[in-house]
Amino acid sequence: MLEISNLNIVFGSGAAKNHALKDISFRVEKGASYGLVGESGSGKSTVLNCLSGLLKAWTGTITIDGQAQAPKRNAGFYRKVQMVFQDPYGSLHPRHTIDRTLKEPVMIHKLGDANRRVEKVLDEVGLDSRFRFRYPHQLSGGQRQRVAVARALIMEPGIILLDEPTSALDVSIQAEVLNLLKRVGKERALTYILVSHDLAVVSHMCQNIAVMNHGEIIEVITKKQLAEENLGHQYTRQLLSACKGFNREIINDFQDY
Amino acid sequence: MRSEPLLTVENLSVLFPSPKGDVQAVKHISFSVGQKKIGIVGESGSGKSVTGRAVLKLLPPYARVTADRIDFKGESLLDKSEKEMRKIRGRGISMVMQDPKFSLNPVRCVGKQIEEAYRTHRKVSRKQARQKTLEMLSAVRIRHPERVYHLYPHEVSGGMGQRIMIAMMLIPEPSLLIADEPTSALDVTVQLQVLAILDDLVTERGMGLIFVSHDLELVASFCDEVIIMYAGRIMEICDAKKLHESTHPYTKGLLNCLPRIKGEAEYLPTLEREDAWLEAPLGN
Repeated sequence: MLEISNLNIVFGSGAAKNHALKDISFRVEKGASYGLVGESGSGKSTVLNCLSGLLKAWTGTITIDGQAQAPKRNAGFYRKVQMVFQDPYGSLHPRHTIDRTLKEPVMIHKLGDANRRVEKVLDEVGLDSRFRFRYPHQLSGGQRQRVAVARALIMEPGIILLDEPTSALDVSIQAEVLNLLKRVGKERALTYILVSHDLAVVSHMCQNIAVMNHGEIIEVITKKQLAEENLGHQYTRQLLSACKGFNREIINDFQDY
Repeated sequence: MRSEPLLTVENLSVLFPSPKGDVQAVKHISFSVGQKKIGIVGESGSGKSVTGRAVLKLLPPYARVTADRIDFKGESLLDKSEKEMRKIRGRGISMVMQDPKFSLNPVRCVGKQIEEAYRTHRKVSRKQARQKTLEMLSAVRIRHPERVYHLYPHEVSGGMGQRIMIAMMLIPEPSLLIADEPTSALDVTVQLQVLAILDDLVTERGMGLIFVSHDLELVASFCDEVIIMYAGRIMEICDAKKLHESTHPYTKGLLNCLPRIKGEAEYLPTLEREDAWLEAPLGN
């Protein structure tokens, strides 16, 4: 179980002050998937960065499995919470083989039995063992993102934070990665927090979806509400109509929120 | 609509030599563009961007481009010299690149860069060019053109950078615009607003548009005609409105693997690639 309440973060000061997150609160049950959608600058990735401990200057409370988290996290936290980043081209070390990339967290956490773990996790994400000693540049985008998922899974975490995991991939590869995430999520009863700008991806993966704009959660909707277009906030409706493709008539009515 | 197409490409092939064997990025493709919106869709590596660049002869010198015909307004582009091509680029055909971060000059303010595009092709005074630049900036829905004029590329957001690129490409008033994923880095609402600008230009000025994208749904709703490419070949050319009724297995596969808001399926169908597509007869 993961709970965030009154999460605030401010970047800069004076005229350049940017209140990036304003009283963000939500709760995710164990094994559930929670989606955060919004446009760029809405603060959706910032929430993940606070959760994962990459950002430390936040205020509020983050509780994971009943334990309140301090800004600085210990090793035990990272065994429970792992993250998959947006860009598989930038998030893997270019001069480390896949084997070395995957073994690094095992070594840091002194889990032991590294070879067996690597084999198992590569099998789980559907990568052949011949990929094990290759470098990232020898893999395609989809294969790299599978490695990124494997790197998160090798710690056997309970919670995985997904920051736009498929937005750098082709639609055909996106389907494969989403299927992979769904399958391992089910098998391991993982809790996902998925950040995306794509309403269709979020509604495919998550039951509950928080819509963010300018650092605030403006509406929390369920997958069903989205499918029935039963939306409370004007901004969410605009976002949904924009996702449906080009329609010259509606564009002139778009507003800035 | 004019009967004569703006651009006719026949049997275009592009080959990149490499020590590990040549890579044929585009294989014998033919299409023509009139005063309407043509979408080129495909996955990464399908040759869609290379096609756009080959038409403008913007590929590196080691690329081997062969074609039976590349005609623009009745003139063959194949035997044009580099000097003659420079007159066509911008004025005749212009191209919007994917990423404003890498396509704008980082050490010059954006207004000057747009102005340069205009002054290269028209004999006008600096003052007139500046006036025209400001008009163009407001035409692409930039709210404070006077302020934006003096900004440097690192000071503008991705969406604004993309609009600046579009302003720069449209200011010489080209007859044909090649837009290579012009909106894929933008938020959905901004993306649609930018497309609306392009759409208006096509209807008002009779410009032709080649819209290169990987987003099938967007192309289906925006363009008049869609060219679907796979591994350097044209799989099918069809009317955008009939895209959903397409019977080609590749097109169907691409459409099916998109997640849907109303979708109930637990897992998405994935694309099964068939080698037969590489051998299939070309065109329709």
